[in-house]
Amino acid sequence: MAFKTRIWLAAAVAITTTAAVASAETAPGDVKVEDGVVSASLTGQPGDPAEGRKTFADRKLGNCLACHAVADQSEQLFHGEVGPELNGVGDRWSPEELRAIVVNSKAIFSEDTIMPGFYSLDVGKDVRKDLVGKTILSAQQVEDVVAYLATLKE
Amino acid sequence: MKKHYLVVAASIALAGAVSATAFAGGPVDEELVIDGEIQMTTRTAAPEGHPLDEVISGWHYRTKETRALEADTFENPAMLGVEDGEQIWNTVEGTEGKSCASCHGDASESMAGVGAHFPKWDADSGRPINIELQINKCREERMGAEPYAFDKGGQKPLTAYIKHQSLGEPVSLDLAEGDMQSWWDKGKELYYTRFGQLNLSCSNCHEDHNGEYIRADHLSQGQVNGFPTYRLKQAALVSVHNRFRGCIRDTRAEYPAAFSDELMALEVYVTWRGTGLSVETPAVRQ
Ligand code: HEC
Ligand code: HEC
Repeated sequence: MAFKTRIWLAAAVAITTTAAVASAETAPGDVKVEDGVVSASLTGQPGDPAEGRKTFADRKLGNCLACHAVADQSEQLFHGEVGPELNGVGDRWSPEELRAIVVNSKAIFSEDTIMPGFYSLDVGKDVRKDLVGKTILSAQQVEDVVAYLATLKE
Repeated sequence: MKKHYLVVAASIALAGAVSATAFAGGPVDEELVIDGEIQMTTRTAAPEGHPLDEVISGWHYRTKETRALEADTFENPAMLGVEDGEQIWNTVEGTEGKSCASCHGDASESMAGVGAHFPKWDADSGRPINIELQINKCREERMGAEPYAFDKGGQKPLTAYIKHQSLGEPVSLDLAEGDMQSWWDKGKELYYTRFGQLNLSCSNCHEDHNGEYIRADHLSQGQVNGFPTYRLKQAALVSVHNRFRGCIRDTRAEYPAAFSDELMALEVYVTWRGTGLSVETPAVRQ
Protein backbone atom coordinates (compact mmCIF):
# COMPACT_ATOMS: atom_id res chain seq x y z
CA MET A 1 0.00 0.00 0.00
CA ALA A 2 2.76 2.39 0.99
CA PHE A 3 4.53 1.46 -2.23
CA LYS A 4 1.46 2.25 -4.30
CA THR A 5 1.06 5.66 -2.68
CA ARG A 6 4.63 6.51 -3.48
CA ILE A 7 4.09 5.72 -7.15
CA TRP A 8 1.02 7.92 -7.22
CA LEU A 9 2.91 10.71 -5.57
CA ALA A 10 5.75 10.39 -8.03
CA ALA A 11 3.31 10.48 -10.94
CA ALA A 12 1.63 13.59 -9.57
CA VAL A 13 4.99 15.34 -9.27
CA ALA A 14 5.89 14.34 -12.81
CA ILE A 15 2.64 15.76 -14.15
CA THR A 16 3.07 19.09 -12.38
CA THR A 17 6.64 19.42 -13.63
CA THR A 18 5.72 18.76 -17.26
CA ALA A 19 2.81 21.17 -17.01
CA ALA A 20 5.06 23.86 -15.58
CA VAL A 21 7.61 23.43 -18.39
CA ALA A 22 4.93 23.28 -21.06
CA SER A 23 3.36 26.57 -20.00
CA ALA A 24 6.66 28.47 -20.29
CA GLU A 25 7.69 26.83 -23.55
CA THR A 26 6.40 27.72 -26.99
CA ALA A 27 5.22 24.52 -28.70
CA PRO A 28 6.79 23.91 -32.14
CA GLY A 29 3.50 24.53 -33.92
CA ASP A 30 3.08 27.90 -32.19
CA VAL A 31 6.45 29.41 -33.10
CA LYS A 32 5.97 32.31 -35.48
CA VAL A 33 8.68 33.22 -37.95
CA GLU A 34 7.83 36.81 -38.93
CA ASP A 35 10.00 39.05 -41.13
CA GLY A 36 12.80 36.51 -40.83
CA VAL A 37 12.94 36.51 -37.05
CA VAL A 38 11.63 34.64 -34.04
CA SER A 39 11.63 37.52 -31.60
CA ALA A 40 11.14 35.88 -28.19
CA SER A 41 13.03 33.10 -26.42
CA LEU A 42 11.22 29.78 -26.86
CA THR A 43 11.52 29.09 -23.13
CA GLY A 44 11.37 32.57 -21.65
CA GLN A 45 14.91 31.82 -20.42
CA PRO A 46 18.24 32.97 -21.85
CA GLY A 47 20.36 30.30 -23.51
CA ASP A 48 23.62 28.94 -22.12
CA PRO A 49 26.39 29.39 -24.73
CA ALA A 50 28.62 26.71 -23.15
CA GLU A 51 25.82 24.12 -23.41
CA GLY A 52 25.07 25.36 -26.93
CA ARG A 53 28.67 24.80 -27.94
CA LYS A 54 28.32 21.13 -26.91
CA THR A 55 24.94 20.68 -28.57
CA PHE A 56 26.42 22.14 -31.77
CA ALA A 57 29.08 19.39 -31.95
CA ASP A 58 27.10 16.46 -30.50
CA ARG A 59 26.27 14.00 -33.28
CA LYS A 60 23.08 12.94 -31.49
CA LEU A 61 21.85 16.52 -30.99
CA GLY A 62 22.61 19.44 -33.32
CA ASN A 63 25.43 17.79 -35.24
CA CYS A 64 25.82 21.21 -36.84
CA LEU A 65 29.48 20.38 -37.45
CA ALA A 66 28.33 17.78 -39.98
CA CYS A 67 27.66 20.64 -42.37
CA HIS A 68 29.38 23.72 -40.91
CA ALA A 69 33.02 24.37 -40.09
CA VAL A 70 33.78 26.77 -37.25
CA ALA A 71 37.24 27.84 -36.07
CA ASP A 72 36.03 28.04 -32.46
CA GLN A 73 35.77 24.22 -32.36
CA SER A 74 39.12 23.42 -33.95
CA GLU A 75 39.65 20.70 -31.31
CA GLN A 76 37.01 18.64 -33.16
CA LEU A 77 38.53 16.49 -35.91
CA PHE A 78 35.89 16.68 -38.61
CA HIS A 79 34.01 19.74 -39.81
CA GLY A 80 31.67 19.52 -42.78
CA GLU A 81 31.52 21.82 -45.79
CA VAL A 82 27.91 21.39 -46.93
CA GLY A 83 26.91 24.75 -45.43
CA PRO A 84 28.85 28.00 -44.99
CA GLU A 85 31.56 28.39 -42.34
CA LEU A 86 30.04 29.94 -39.25
CA ASN A 87 32.96 32.12 -38.16
CA GLY A 88 31.57 35.58 -37.47
CA VAL A 89 27.98 34.43 -37.87
CA GLY A 90 27.08 36.50 -34.79
CA ASP A 91 28.06 39.64 -36.74
CA ARG A 92 26.04 38.69 -39.80
CA TRP A 93 22.77 37.80 -38.09
CA SER A 94 20.95 39.04 -34.99
CA PRO A 95 20.06 36.54 -32.25
CA GLU A 96 16.39 36.74 -33.35
CA GLU A 97 17.39 35.87 -36.92
CA LEU A 98 19.66 33.06 -35.74
CA ARG A 99 16.76 31.65 -33.70
CA ALA A 100 14.59 31.61 -36.83
CA ILE A 101 17.33 29.86 -38.85
CA VAL A 102 17.79 27.13 -36.23
CA VAL A 103 14.04 26.69 -35.62
CA ASN A 104 13.08 26.39 -39.27
CA SER A 105 15.77 27.12 -41.84
CA LYS A 106 13.26 26.50 -44.65
CA ALA A 107 11.34 29.62 -43.64
CA ILE A 108 14.52 31.72 -43.96
CA PHE A 109 16.52 30.28 -46.87
CA SER A 110 14.16 28.31 -49.11
CA GLU A 111 12.01 25.18 -49.13
CA ASP A 112 14.92 23.42 -50.78
CA THR A 113 17.71 23.90 -48.30
CA ILE A 114 19.36 20.74 -47.03
CA MET A 115 19.52 22.21 -43.51
CA PRO A 116 16.97 20.55 -41.21
CA GLY A 117 14.54 22.59 -39.10
CA PHE A 118 15.59 21.86 -35.54
CA TYR A 119 12.36 22.94 -33.83
CA SER A 120 9.83 22.28 -36.54
CA LEU A 121 7.26 19.57 -37.14
CA ASP A 122 7.36 20.14 -40.89
CA VAL A 123 9.37 16.96 -41.46
CA GLY A 124 9.84 14.24 -44.07
CA LYS A 125 7.93 11.04 -44.86
CA ASP A 126 7.87 7.97 -42.63
CA VAL A 127 9.47 9.57 -39.58
CA ARG A 128 10.87 6.91 -37.25
CA LYS A 129 8.01 5.83 -34.99
CA ASP A 130 9.56 6.88 -31.70
CA LEU A 131 10.27 10.37 -33.09
CA VAL A 132 6.82 11.20 -34.44
CA GLY A 133 5.69 14.58 -33.10
CA LYS A 134 9.16 15.29 -31.68
CA THR A 135 11.59 18.00 -32.73
CA ILE A 136 15.32 17.40 -33.24
CA LEU A 137 16.26 19.79 -30.43
CA SER A 138 14.30 20.85 -27.35
CA ALA A 139 13.30 24.49 -26.92
CA GLN A 140 16.09 25.05 -24.39
CA GLN A 141 18.69 23.39 -26.63
CA VAL A 142 17.68 25.79 -29.42
CA GLU A 143 18.14 28.73 -27.04
CA ASP A 144 21.55 27.39 -25.99
CA VAL A 145 22.69 27.01 -29.61
CA VAL A 146 21.45 30.50 -30.49
CA ALA A 147 23.33 31.93 -27.50
CA TYR A 148 26.46 30.11 -28.70
CA LEU A 149 26.10 31.36 -32.29
CA ALA A 150 25.75 34.92 -30.99
CA THR A 151 29.24 34.59 -29.45
CA LEU A 152 30.81 33.80 -32.84
CA LYS A 153 32.09 37.28 -33.68
CA GLU A 154 35.11 38.35 -35.64
CA MET B 1 3.23 15.86 -55.71
CA LYS B 2 3.50 19.63 -55.37
CA LYS B 3 6.40 19.18 -53.00
CA HIS B 4 8.12 16.92 -55.48
CA TYR B 5 8.12 19.56 -58.20
CA LEU B 6 9.34 22.20 -55.78
CA VAL B 7 12.29 20.03 -54.86
CA VAL B 8 13.18 19.41 -58.50
CA ALA B 9 13.03 23.11 -59.26
CA ALA B 10 15.20 23.82 -56.27
CA SER B 11 17.83 21.27 -57.17
CA ILE B 12 18.26 23.06 -60.46
CA ALA B 13 18.58 26.40 -58.71
CA LEU B 14 21.02 24.98 -56.17
CA ALA B 15 23.21 23.27 -58.75
CA GLY B 16 24.25 26.68 -60.02
CA ALA B 17 24.96 28.04 -56.56
CA VAL B 18 26.88 24.98 -55.42
CA SER B 19 29.33 24.81 -58.30
CA ALA B 20 30.26 28.42 -57.64
CA THR B 21 31.10 27.83 -53.99
CA ALA B 22 32.20 24.53 -52.51
CA PHE B 23 33.74 21.35 -54.00
CA ALA B 24 36.75 21.68 -51.74
CA GLY B 25 36.85 17.88 -51.65
CA GLY B 26 35.52 16.95 -55.05
CA PRO B 27 36.25 13.80 -57.04
CA VAL B 28 39.95 12.97 -57.58
CA ASP B 29 41.31 13.31 -61.08
CA GLU B 30 42.66 9.78 -61.58
CA GLU B 31 41.98 6.66 -63.58
CA LEU B 32 40.98 3.26 -62.30
CA VAL B 33 42.75 0.41 -64.05
CA ILE B 34 42.24 -2.97 -62.41
CA ASP B 35 45.41 -5.08 -62.17
CA GLY B 36 47.02 -2.73 -64.66
CA GLU B 37 44.83 -4.34 -67.36
CA ILE B 38 41.16 -3.51 -67.21
CA GLN B 39 40.52 0.14 -68.00
CA MET B 40 37.41 1.22 -66.09
CA THR B 41 34.99 3.95 -67.03
CA THR B 42 34.53 5.84 -63.77
CA ARG B 43 33.47 9.18 -65.29
CA THR B 44 31.26 9.63 -68.29
CA ALA B 45 28.78 12.00 -69.88
CA ALA B 46 25.33 11.62 -68.35
CA PRO B 47 22.53 10.09 -70.43
CA GLU B 48 19.81 12.35 -71.82
CA GLY B 49 17.42 13.68 -69.22
CA HIS B 50 19.92 13.23 -66.37
CA PRO B 51 20.06 16.10 -63.85
CA LEU B 52 23.88 16.04 -63.72
CA ASP B 53 26.29 16.68 -66.62
CA GLU B 54 28.70 13.98 -65.63
CA VAL B 55 28.21 10.62 -63.96
CA ILE B 56 31.02 9.81 -61.50
CA SER B 57 31.78 6.58 -59.65
CA GLY B 58 32.06 6.59 -55.86
CA TRP B 59 35.67 5.41 -56.33
CA HIS B 60 36.73 9.01 -57.05
CA TYR B 61 35.58 10.18 -53.62
CA ARG B 62 37.49 7.64 -51.55
CA THR B 63 40.97 7.91 -50.03
CA LYS B 64 44.13 6.93 -51.87
CA GLU B 65 44.43 3.75 -49.78
CA THR B 66 40.85 2.67 -50.43
CA ARG B 67 41.19 3.38 -54.15
CA ALA B 68 44.36 1.29 -54.29
CA LEU B 69 42.60 -1.71 -52.67
CA GLU B 70 40.03 -1.77 -55.46
CA ALA B 71 42.62 -1.42 -58.22
CA ASP B 72 44.36 -4.69 -57.28
CA THR B 73 42.30 -7.89 -57.16
CA PHE B 74 44.85 -9.55 -54.86
CA GLU B 75 44.53 -6.73 -52.35
CA ASN B 76 40.75 -6.34 -52.71
CA PRO B 77 39.32 -7.93 -49.53
CA ALA B 78 36.01 -8.61 -51.28
CA MET B 79 37.58 -11.10 -53.69
CA LEU B 80 37.28 -13.71 -50.93
CA GLY B 81 33.52 -13.21 -51.11
CA VAL B 82 33.63 -13.58 -54.88
CA GLU B 83 35.51 -16.86 -54.44
CA ASP B 84 32.81 -18.05 -52.01
CA GLY B 85 30.30 -17.15 -54.70
CA GLU B 86 32.13 -19.34 -57.20
CA GLN B 87 31.92 -22.28 -54.79
CA ILE B 88 28.20 -21.75 -54.35
CA TRP B 89 27.77 -21.51 -58.13
CA ASN B 90 29.10 -25.05 -58.40
CA THR B 91 27.33 -26.54 -55.36
CA VAL B 92 24.30 -28.77 -55.82
CA GLU B 93 21.34 -27.82 -53.61
CA GLY B 94 17.60 -28.55 -53.48
CA THR B 95 15.33 -31.38 -54.54
CA GLU B 96 16.28 -31.25 -58.23
CA GLY B 97 19.92 -32.11 -57.54
CA LYS B 98 21.20 -29.10 -59.45
CA SER B 99 23.69 -26.29 -59.02
CA CYS B 100 23.76 -22.99 -60.92
CA ALA B 101 26.46 -24.57 -63.10
CA SER B 102 24.15 -27.47 -64.03
CA CYS B 103 22.08 -25.07 -66.12
CA HIS B 104 24.51 -22.23 -66.87
CA GLY B 105 27.90 -23.95 -67.13
CA ASP B 106 30.95 -21.76 -66.92
CA ALA B 107 29.93 -18.40 -65.46
CA SER B 108 32.81 -16.57 -67.11
CA GLU B 109 31.04 -17.29 -70.40
CA SER B 110 27.35 -17.58 -69.58
CA MET B 111 27.27 -14.62 -67.17
CA ALA B 112 29.67 -12.29 -69.00
CA GLY B 113 28.00 -8.88 -69.26
CA VAL B 114 24.74 -10.09 -67.71
CA GLY B 115 25.06 -8.19 -64.43
CA ALA B 116 25.45 -4.84 -66.21
CA HIS B 117 21.77 -4.89 -67.26
CA PHE B 118 19.92 -5.57 -63.99
CA PRO B 119 17.31 -4.73 -62.71
CA LYS B 120 15.39 -6.35 -65.59
CA TRP B 121 11.72 -6.72 -66.30
CA ASP B 122 10.31 -10.01 -64.99
CA ALA B 123 7.11 -10.85 -66.86
CA ASP B 124 6.21 -13.67 -64.41
CA SER B 125 6.00 -11.43 -61.37
CA GLY B 126 5.08 -8.30 -63.34
CA ARG B 127 7.85 -6.25 -61.72
CA PRO B 128 11.56 -5.55 -62.12
CA ILE B 129 13.93 -8.01 -60.47
CA ASN B 130 17.56 -7.63 -59.47
CA ILE B 131 20.24 -10.32 -59.43
CA GLU B 132 19.33 -11.35 -55.89
CA LEU B 133 15.73 -12.01 -56.94
CA GLN B 134 16.82 -13.77 -60.14
CA ILE B 135 18.93 -16.11 -57.99
CA ASN B 136 15.94 -16.80 -55.75
CA LYS B 137 13.80 -17.47 -58.81
CA CYS B 138 16.26 -20.05 -60.10
CA ARG B 139 16.54 -21.63 -56.66
CA GLU B 140 12.80 -22.05 -56.30
CA GLU B 141 11.80 -22.86 -59.85
CA ARG B 142 14.75 -24.87 -61.12
CA MET B 143 16.65 -26.21 -58.13
CA GLY B 144 13.81 -26.94 -55.72
CA ALA B 145 15.70 -24.97 -53.07
CA GLU B 146 14.52 -22.39 -50.57
CA PRO B 147 14.95 -18.76 -51.65
CA TYR B 148 17.66 -16.92 -49.73
CA ALA B 149 16.40 -14.50 -47.07
CA PHE B 150 17.67 -10.93 -47.54
CA ASP B 151 21.46 -10.75 -47.12
CA LYS B 152 21.52 -14.35 -45.86
CA GLY B 153 22.97 -17.65 -47.02
CA GLY B 154 24.88 -17.26 -50.24
CA GLN B 155 22.98 -14.21 -51.45
CA LYS B 156 25.74 -11.60 -51.21
CA PRO B 157 28.71 -13.72 -52.40
CA LEU B 158 26.75 -15.28 -55.26
CA THR B 159 25.42 -11.90 -56.39
CA ALA B 160 28.96 -10.49 -56.22
CA TYR B 161 30.33 -13.45 -58.21
CA ILE B 162 27.73 -13.04 -60.96
CA LYS B 163 28.19 -9.30 -61.17
CA HIS B 164 31.96 -9.65 -61.17
CA GLN B 165 31.65 -11.47 -64.51
CA SER B 166 30.70 -8.05 -65.94
CA LEU B 167 33.71 -6.20 -64.49
CA GLY B 168 34.37 -3.19 -66.73
CA GLU B 169 31.11 -3.51 -68.71
CA PRO B 170 29.10 -0.28 -68.92
CA VAL B 171 25.86 -0.23 -66.92
CA SER B 172 22.79 0.07 -69.11
CA LEU B 173 19.13 -0.71 -68.52
CA ASP B 174 16.41 -1.46 -71.04
CA LEU B 175 13.60 0.81 -69.92
CA ALA B 176 11.46 -0.24 -72.89
CA GLU B 177 10.97 -3.73 -71.43
CA GLY B 178 7.56 -4.37 -69.86
CA ASP B 179 6.58 -1.67 -67.43
CA MET B 180 10.14 -0.60 -66.52
CA GLN B 181 9.44 3.04 -67.33
CA SER B 182 6.74 3.39 -64.69
CA TRP B 183 9.07 1.86 -62.07
CA TRP B 184 11.73 4.35 -63.13
CA ASP B 185 9.17 7.14 -62.67
CA LYS B 186 8.30 5.89 -59.21
CA GLY B 187 11.97 5.56 -58.29
CA LYS B 188 12.61 9.09 -59.42
CA GLU B 189 9.79 10.38 -57.26
CA LEU B 190 11.27 8.59 -54.25
CA TYR B 191 14.74 9.96 -55.00
CA TYR B 192 13.40 13.48 -54.56
CA THR B 193 11.14 12.69 -51.59
CA ARG B 194 12.23 14.03 -48.24
CA PHE B 195 12.30 11.38 -45.52
CA GLY B 196 12.45 11.32 -41.77
CA GLN B 197 12.84 13.79 -38.95
CA LEU B 198 15.90 15.27 -40.68
CA ASN B 199 13.74 15.89 -43.76
CA LEU B 200 16.31 14.82 -46.36
CA SER B 201 16.02 13.35 -49.85
CA CYS B 202 18.63 11.32 -51.72
CA SER B 203 19.09 14.31 -54.01
CA ASN B 204 19.90 16.68 -51.13
CA CYS B 205 23.06 14.74 -50.38
CA HIS B 206 24.02 12.97 -53.62
CA GLU B 207 22.91 15.48 -56.25
CA ASP B 208 23.11 18.91 -54.60
CA HIS B 209 26.12 18.33 -52.35
CA ASN B 210 28.25 15.54 -53.79
CA GLY B 211 31.94 16.31 -53.59
CA GLU B 212 31.53 17.96 -50.18
CA TYR B 213 32.37 16.61 -46.76
CA ILE B 214 29.46 15.93 -44.40
CA ARG B 215 31.47 15.75 -41.19
CA ALA B 216 33.95 12.87 -41.83
CA ASP B 217 32.11 11.48 -44.88
CA HIS B 218 32.92 12.57 -48.39
CA LEU B 219 29.64 12.66 -50.29
CA SER B 220 29.64 10.91 -53.67
CA GLN B 221 26.87 10.70 -56.26
CA GLY B 222 25.57 7.57 -54.52
CA GLN B 223 26.09 5.32 -57.55
CA VAL B 224 25.37 1.59 -57.40
CA ASN B 225 27.74 0.26 -60.10
CA GLY B 226 30.03 -1.35 -57.51
CA PHE B 227 27.48 -3.39 -55.53
CA PRO B 228 27.66 -5.64 -53.66
CA THR B 229 30.40 -3.40 -52.29
CA TYR B 230 33.00 -4.17 -49.66
CA ARG B 231 32.74 -1.68 -46.81
CA LEU B 232 35.88 -1.37 -44.72
CA LYS B 233 33.81 -0.04 -41.82
CA GLN B 234 31.76 -3.25 -41.73
CA ALA B 235 34.53 -5.52 -43.02
CA ALA B 236 31.93 -7.24 -45.19
CA LEU B 237 30.15 -7.19 -48.51
CA VAL B 238 27.15 -4.86 -48.41
CA SER B 239 24.14 -5.27 -50.68
CA VAL B 240 22.51 -2.38 -52.50
CA HIS B 241 19.23 -2.61 -50.55
CA ASN B 242 21.17 -2.64 -47.31
CA ARG B 243 22.87 0.60 -48.39
CA PHE B 244 19.56 2.21 -49.39
CA ARG B 245 18.06 1.26 -46.05
CA GLY B 246 21.08 2.67 -44.22
CA CYS B 247 20.81 6.03 -45.97
CA ILE B 248 17.05 6.22 -45.32
CA ARG B 249 17.59 5.23 -41.67
CA ASP B 250 20.11 8.05 -41.31
CA THR B 251 17.36 10.56 -42.12
CA ARG B 252 15.63 9.18 -38.98
CA ALA B 253 12.87 7.49 -40.97
CA GLU B 254 11.33 4.02 -40.91
CA TYR B 255 12.88 2.22 -43.88
CA PRO B 256 11.16 -0.02 -46.44
CA ALA B 257 11.69 -3.79 -46.55
CA ALA B 258 14.39 -5.17 -48.83
CA PHE B 259 13.00 -6.02 -52.29
CA SER B 260 9.84 -4.01 -51.56
CA ASP B 261 8.27 -2.09 -54.45
CA GLU B 262 9.83 1.11 -53.10
CA LEU B 263 13.38 -0.18 -53.00
CA MET B 264 13.06 -1.99 -56.36
CA ALA B 265 11.83 1.24 -57.95
CA LEU B 266 14.69 3.14 -56.34
CA GLU B 267 17.18 0.54 -57.60
CA VAL B 268 15.88 0.90 -61.16
CA TYR B 269 16.16 4.69 -61.05
CA VAL B 270 19.50 4.91 -59.21
CA THR B 271 21.04 2.27 -61.52
CA TRP B 272 19.93 4.37 -64.50
CA ARG B 273 21.60 7.42 -62.94
CA GLY B 274 24.87 5.49 -63.31
CA THR B 275 24.37 4.61 -66.98
CA GLY B 276 27.71 4.21 -68.74
CA LEU B 277 29.80 3.59 -65.62
CA SER B 278 31.74 0.32 -65.56
CA VAL B 279 30.50 -2.43 -63.29
CA GLU B 280 33.06 -2.35 -60.43
CA THR B 281 31.81 -5.28 -58.38
CA PRO B 282 33.23 -5.86 -55.89
CA ALA B 283 34.02 -2.18 -55.25
CA VAL B 284 35.79 -1.12 -52.04
CA ARG B 285 34.40 1.77 -50.03
CA GLN B 286 35.07 3.23 -46.60
C1 HEC C 1 22.62 18.89 -43.48
C2 HEC C 1 23.31 20.15 -43.50
C3 HEC C 1 23.17 21.17 -42.39
C4 HEC C 1 23.06 20.98 -41.03
C5 HEC C 1 23.04 19.67 -40.26
C6 HEC C 1 23.02 22.28 -40.45
N1 HEC C 1 23.08 23.24 -41.41
FE1 HEC C 1 23.10 25.28 -41.13
N2 HEC C 1 23.15 25.58 -43.15
C7 HEC C 1 23.25 24.60 -44.11
C8 HEC C 1 23.28 25.23 -45.41
C9 HEC C 1 23.41 24.48 -46.75
C10 HEC C 1 23.19 26.62 -45.21
C11 HEC C 1 23.19 27.75 -46.27
C12 HEC C 1 21.80 28.07 -46.70
C13 HEC C 1 21.40 27.19 -47.87
O1 HEC C 1 22.15 27.13 -48.85
O2 HEC C 1 20.36 26.56 -47.80
C14 HEC C 1 23.13 26.81 -43.78
C15 HEC C 1 23.10 28.05 -43.17
C16 HEC C 1 23.19 28.27 -41.80
C17 HEC C 1 23.34 29.59 -41.17
C18 HEC C 1 23.49 30.91 -41.88
C19 HEC C 1 24.99 31.06 -42.16
C20 HEC C 1 25.45 32.32 -42.82
O3 HEC C 1 26.66 32.56 -42.76
O4 HEC C 1 24.66 33.03 -43.39
C21 HEC C 1 23.39 29.36 -39.82
C22 HEC C 1 23.53 30.39 -38.72
C23 HEC C 1 23.29 27.93 -39.60
N3 HEC C 1 23.17 27.30 -40.82
C24 HEC C 1 23.32 27.31 -38.36
C25 HEC C 1 23.21 25.93 -38.14
C26 HEC C 1 23.13 25.32 -36.84
C27 HEC C 1 23.23 26.06 -35.53
C28 HEC C 1 22.96 23.99 -37.03
C29 HEC C 1 22.74 22.89 -36.02
C30 HEC C 1 21.80 23.11 -34.93
C31 HEC C 1 22.99 23.76 -38.46
N4 HEC C 1 23.13 24.97 -39.09
C32 HEC C 1 22.90 22.51 -39.07
C33 HEC C 1 23.30 23.23 -43.87
C34 HEC C 1 23.19 22.61 -42.61
C1 HEC D 1 22.36 12.76 -45.02
C2 HEC D 1 22.96 12.49 -46.28
C3 HEC D 1 22.49 11.33 -47.13
C4 HEC D 1 21.24 11.07 -47.63
C5 HEC D 1 19.95 11.84 -47.41
C6 HEC D 1 21.38 9.88 -48.46
N1 HEC D 1 22.67 9.43 -48.44
FE1 HEC D 1 23.46 7.90 -49.56
N2 HEC D 1 25.27 8.18 -48.66
C7 HEC D 1 25.58 9.17 -47.73
C8 HEC D 1 26.96 9.04 -47.31
C9 HEC D 1 27.67 9.95 -46.30
C10 HEC D 1 27.49 7.95 -48.03
C11 HEC D 1 28.92 7.41 -47.98
C12 HEC D 1 29.81 8.26 -48.85
C13 HEC D 1 29.36 8.24 -50.29
O1 HEC D 1 29.66 7.29 -51.01
O2 HEC D 1 28.65 9.18 -50.70
C14 HEC D 1 26.41 7.44 -48.88
C15 HEC D 1 26.54 6.38 -49.79
C16 HEC D 1 25.56 5.95 -50.66
C17 HEC D 1 25.74 4.92 -51.65
C18 HEC D 1 27.03 4.12 -51.91
C19 HEC D 1 27.84 4.75 -52.99
C20 HEC D 1 29.07 3.94 -53.35
O3 HEC D 1 29.83 4.40 -54.21
O4 HEC D 1 29.27 2.86 -52.81
C21 HEC D 1 24.54 4.79 -52.31
C22 HEC D 1 24.22 3.83 -53.42
C23 HEC D 1 23.62 5.75 -51.71
N3 HEC D 1 24.27 6.44 -50.72
C24 HEC D 1 22.30 5.92 -52.11
C25 HEC D 1 21.39 6.78 -51.47
C26 HEC D 1 19.97 6.84 -51.77
C27 HEC D 1 19.28 6.02 -52.85
C28 HEC D 1 19.41 7.74 -50.91
C29 HEC D 1 17.97 8.09 -50.69
C30 HEC D 1 17.06 7.04 -50.39
C31 HEC D 1 20.50 8.28 -50.11
N4 HEC D 1 21.66 7.66 -50.46
C32 HEC D 1 20.34 9.29 -49.15
C33 HEC D 1 24.72 10.15 -47.27
C34 HEC D 1 23.38 10.27 -47.61
